[in-house]
Amino acid sequence: MSESLLNAATDKFDEAEVYRIEMESHPVSFESGKLKEIIRRDTSGVALRVIDNRRIGFTSTTDAARESELVDRAATLAPFGSEASFSFPEPSKYPSVDIVDPAVPQVSQNSMINTGEGLIAKLMDEWPDLLCDARIGWSTGRCQIMNSAGIDETYEQTSYYCSLGAQLIRGTDMLNVWAGYGSSRLFGEAELDRLLQTVRRSLRWSKETAIATSSTGDLPVVFTPRGVGATLLHPLLSGFSGKNVANGSSPLGDRWGEKIVDERISIYDNPLIKCASGSRPFDDEGIASRKLGLIENGIAGSPLLDLQTAGQLGMTSTGAAGRSLASTPSPNSSVIDIAAGDTHFEDMISGIKEGLLVEELLGAGQGNELGGDFRANVSLGYKIENGEIVGRVKDTMISGNVYKVLSQVEQVGDSSDWVFGSMRSPALQCLGVDVSVKDE
Amino acid sequence: MKYRDIIENALNGHSADYCEIRIEETDNSRLTYRGKSLDTIAQTSGLGGNVRAVTKGGWGFASFNSLDELTTKVADAVAQSKAVGGLKTELGEVEPHVDLVPAYVVEDPTEISLDEKKRQMDHYNDLVWSVDGINSADIIYGDTSRKTFFGSSDGSYIEQQQIHVISRISAQARSGGDVQQAGFSLGSQGDYGLIRGLDDKVTDAAKRAVALLDAKSLEGGERTVVLDPVLAGVFVHEAFGHLSEGDNVYENEKLKEIMYMGRKFGGKHLNFTDGAAIPALRGSFKYDDEGTPATRTALVREGELVGRLHSRETAAKLSEQPTGNARAIGYNFPPIVRMTNTIIEPGEATLADLLAGVNDGVYVRNWYGGMTQHEMFTFSSGEAYMIRNGEIQEAVRPVMLTGNLFETLENLDGVGDDLDMNQGGGCGKGGQSPLPVSNGSPHIRIQKCLISGA
Repeated sequence: MSESLLNAATDKFDEAEVYRIEMESHPVSFESGKLKEIIRRDTSGVALRVIDNRRIGFTSTTDAARESELVDRAATLAPFGSEASFSFPEPSKYPSVDIVDPAVPQVSQNSMINTGEGLIAKLMDEWPDLLCDARIGWSTGRCQIMNSAGIDETYEQTSYYCSLGAQLIRGTDMLNVWAGYGSSRLFGEAELDRLLQTVRRSLRWSKETAIATSSTGDLPVVFTPRGVGATLLHPLLSGFSGKNVANGSSPLGDRWGEKIVDERISIYDNPLIKCASGSRPFDDEGIASRKLGLIENGIAGSPLLDLQTAGQLGMTSTGAAGRSLASTPSPNSSVIDIAAGDTHFEDMISGIKEGLLVEELLGAGQGNELGGDFRANVSLGYKIENGEIVGRVKDTMISGNVYKVLSQVEQVGDSSDWVFGSMRSPALQCLGVDVSVKDE
Repeated sequence: MKYRDIIENALNGHSADYCEIRIEETDNSRLTYRGKSLDTIAQTSGLGGNVRAVTKGGWGFASFNSLDELTTKVADAVAQSKAVGGLKTELGEVEPHVDLVPAYVVEDPTEISLDEKKRQMDHYNDLVWSVDGINSADIIYGDTSRKTFFGSSDGSYIEQQQIHVISRISAQARSGGDVQQAGFSLGSQGDYGLIRGLDDKVTDAAKRAVALLDAKSLEGGERTVVLDPVLAGVFVHEAFGHLSEGDNVYENEKLKEIMYMGRKFGGKHLNFTDGAAIPALRGSFKYDDEGTPATRTALVREGELVGRLHSRETAAKLSEQPTGNARAIGYNFPPIVRMTNTIIEPGEATLADLLAGVNDGVYVRNWYGGMTQHEMFTFSSGEAYMIRNGEIQEAVRPVMLTGNLFETLENLDGVGDDLDMNQGGGCGKGGQSPLPVSNGSPHIRIQKCLISGA
């Protein structure tokens, strides 16, 4: 089907590309401690992108009966389309990436139900007042790219995922904690235990409540790996987005090769890490995957580029194109890997006289991320006092600028932990974060 | 009635307590601008469907793009519901309806040529760039037609069409590493006319973005804030609306103890309502995605909790009536309890009354976003101005506000007389985003509201 669509489009336009996906997913979900719902989702569809007289036309459908309309629709759109700064790529050599586990589609409904029941029972043993939610599921996917320059490539991937949430209500004080992990590989007790440990740790740290100390950046703030993901990652990546770089909205502008943050900070986009959620042999335009240094030893490396933004900047694609079926590709990160340092987490905490530990935020991304700013309510965070975590803070907001904060790094954790399977980060201790607190 | 036979045949002989099929056809157009030029122009179409079944209180759900072998898909979903099992199925009573509901249209955006849409948005893009100091424009135009075909084992068969149009126009200004932006969002059910005549708003947004480069940042802390109707609408959605959704409460004994009918949340000036039966707004419809007719639900009257939003299941489990708030964003999701059009009913204060006596306060307008986690919520303004001596003064950089349901509503001490609706937003919950909703309010005043620094 893809071939006939590509042939019809190639006959009519200067260049053409067909992108087809097929996916099947099988989650089971638990609500308030009980099995609630079993789902099966089948998704398939096709997108056609063409270049004609240097203009781009794009259309897609999930209705197999309407695939034949795509060529005509693209013909209507292309004359209005944006200007193409690229040609579709020719075939190249692709790396092999381990993203398929044949055991995943063999996982039975019962086994997922048992896993969920087991996780919930273990938590409730220790905390009988909890209301627990869980979701366990697997999926298989197939992604195909064909273009008029000769690419005809397909890859398959499997995915297994598990998330666990817990809610505790005391009076009108509500606590929500959760943890999740996903991998292309079927995982077992060790990973499930790690999820339990994460939830248990948050519950333990939240046993007492504490009032954070307001600060204008002079008190240390520790971000757990999840805290790094929740607070710093998005405003940082917006500066590396090829789109923002191409249209001049990135504060990194022409600072590539310059030192932008502390030299202990190295951040990579690496779609070659085996079994990670987001790993792939080529990107969504058929460009071979590679490990890309975004920041190495504090120095700005490369922006994330797809074909169009690379063309606009006179550079070459870094293989960062991501897309959904109904959207044109745009540059995105795949798997983010932040290098570890040399400080034990326990030593980090014990070295702090007064500070804040940040794990989860509420409302991040509402601010002006383009300049690297962040601000949000600390939905899960703790006060550090005299080297100890003394209790959960509420009614607390943090704000700052990611470039400023990462230039004032005090300690880098010695282990990089996976956050939901698509990002790996150590804990970071930084200055430069404003903390606002409600008056007593 | 296009799929009536197919759906009724497939449901025939199913062995669940209840079973339904929803088929959807969608057509979307989208234009986006980034930087100086058009970024994408796209037309996409979709066909998909799902079967949802419940047996002994357990749910099975199967979604698909191909409508072949619907009977097998029904059997799959029913088998899944049986594997969940449990005790008993409880669904609120809804009379079956057979109906065909055409789209509500004033000026149908799907009838406007692509050429005209592009010329209109090109014009706004040019307007943004005509302002000195602009560094980039970020413009989105989108329209969607969604036709749903719903049939249930209760005997309902309902066809409905909805046509929505949205736009967001945002301008950026930059000085060195400092990037500031200002903009606005619009939305309408069925009226392309909304997209026209925005020249002044566009120019104003671009000028505001440039001016923000020189505006001061506020220091974080507690202040008196006055919210414009748009941001106050976002406030009621985040601060109260989500906790009034029945699925948060129905299996949560502790929350039931807190959110009981008659609980006092604030003064007699607090009156909140939600309802899809309020006509011609983004969250308006005739039937929800379970076939329940839309209603208008009083949530808070004179400061007391008097109602909640429901699906058929949450209503039955709380011994309340279904309110027609079960909504799904698309065929690949089951319906869950959602808001529709949420409003703070107007009071008697003028804006001048609300500002009177406020010193060192902040007047916040327009929105960037908002989020809720149970009793905690945050929302962000698109604009902020100092209030001194009861007067709105210079612009400062936009702020984020945060609060706690149980304290913030107590501190909401003034409700204006000038109700206005915010139709530019969408709501996200359970991975289903953005669902068309509207919210609205008159100007309101909140004492001791925590705002972020920077």
